[in-house]
Amino acid sequence: MKPFDYLRPASVEEAIAVWTPDAAYLGGGTNLVDLMKTGALHPGKLIDLNRLLGLDLIEMLADGSTRIGAMVRNADLAHDAGFAATFPMIAEALLSGASGQLRNVATVGGNLMQRSRCAYFQDPYSACNRRTPGVGCDAKEGDNRSHAILGFSDACIATNPSDFCVSLAALDAVVEVHGPRGRRDIPYADLHRLPGQTPEKETALEAGDLVLAIRLPSDAAAFRLNARYLKVRERTSFAFALVSAAAALRLEGGKIAAARLALGAVAAKPWRVPAAEAMLVGQSPGPALFARAAAMASAGAAPSGDNLYKIELARRTAARALSMAAAGTPTRMPALPASPFGEPAHV
Amino acid sequence: MSHSINLTVNGTRRDVTLEDARVTLLDLLRERLALPGTKKGCDRGQCGACTVLVDGRRINACLALAVTLDGAEVTTIEGLAKGDHLHPVQAAFVDHDGFQCGYCTPGQIMSAVGLIAEGQAGIDPERIREGMSGNLCRCAAYHGITEAVLDASRRMAEEEVRVSA
Repeated sequence: MKPFDYLRPASVEEAIAVWTPDAAYLGGGTNLVDLMKTGALHPGKLIDLNRLLGLDLIEMLADGSTRIGAMVRNADLAHDAGFAATFPMIAEALLSGASGQLRNVATVGGNLMQRSRCAYFQDPYSACNRRTPGVGCDAKEGDNRSHAILGFSDACIATNPSDFCVSLAALDAVVEVHGPRGRRDIPYADLHRLPGQTPEKETALEAGDLVLAIRLPSDAAAFRLNARYLKVRERTSFAFALVSAAAALRLEGGKIAAARLALGAVAAKPWRVPAAEAMLVGQSPGPALFARAAAMASAGAAPSGDNLYKIELARRTAARALSMAAAGTPTRMPALPASPFGEPAHV
Repeated sequence: MSHSINLTVNGTRRDVTLEDARVTLLDLLRERLALPGTKKGCDRGQCGACTVLVDGRRINACLALAVTLDGAEVTTIEGLAKGDHLHPVQAAFVDHDGFQCGYCTPGQIMSAVGLIAEGQAGIDPERIREGMSGNLCRCAAYHGITEAVLDASRRMAEEEVRVSA
């Protein structure tokens, strides 16, 4: 790890004021400190946000929306009884990620900003356009079986590793940021960028911007009775997704009144196709319908390497997540969150 | 730039001057505070060998920069037993053969203490296995570990009922 200056500002304003281009904001550090150890990242300055007041609140606002402070720990959000009852799909996504130790420390703001788990990004001796623009991409000819099948480019085939973000994308979350030019809201769909020819530009955040909170709009709570996160991975716990899906339905009189579907681990951002959601509305839930929606949700998928299998896996995962959502949110968090094991076979 | 911090480690206040902000809690415990019970495995948050409690919550000490923990209360494996009287989780690991080589054991035990305090797993073996997934055991003593955590959870719940009755 390279040496760095350590600063502990007393306010958000001070944190932004001391920011310089070589600085990094420190939340839980579970991703940043790890990448500083590998040498993939080497900030000259760490700005510690852990002592800032008021960033760790979960609040219900007057307009019915829910506001999650950026420094709320993943475990605290997932285990907040009121939050988990209202947003069970988000709680399930959170609890399917990382380990108990990491969830106790990792913050929701940090989760939004976590970096790619592509091995070539993490290894400073490999070529990675995302880490060092213009040097090339070793993943394209390397171990790429878990890489993107949607929205990738010649420059980068990495995926976004977050589970939490997939559930936030499905529920149209809004990200509140504060930067040198003041506060603004970023709709979730605009937060992460596809790589194109500039994979180093990972998010819509600008220089010095700090994530303050995530807001869930009031209509997001309407999905609580039929909302699931499904994560397919190489082992049932403490592993990143090969493919995941967040599925939420609002049922009225046996018909689908509203639907949300987002795919995870398939692209550099959570993948949503509005047409796939729209075609579900007014229909009766069922396996054939869900298979068609899943095909639309993953339309255009193509292998970026040794990952042809992910296309069919994405379709099946999306369809199954929809079936699980239609069957109803479990009254208690499953022992194995987001796992296909222990669930009744719906198809 | 040096940084002065104070920590309460296993009940004892320790004032520490860090010459370098890069020092992790794990290295501080092992190299500076003569507490080598906390183990270094992967040093990347993947194996759980370095698990300790900070302000009562289990964390990976390898990913925590010591400089960020000024004022914190830290409990390591050395702080669990009261004299010769083992903590119920330690006793259960002995009773159920929850280890073979022992390298991961301090982390397993601290993680189990944290898991039980979180109160999410109860006495459901599946929830215990899921809750302990951040602790790897290359000897694969998982069966004994799960039995030990189950047994300790039961004993500690009974003790709580007995004390509150």
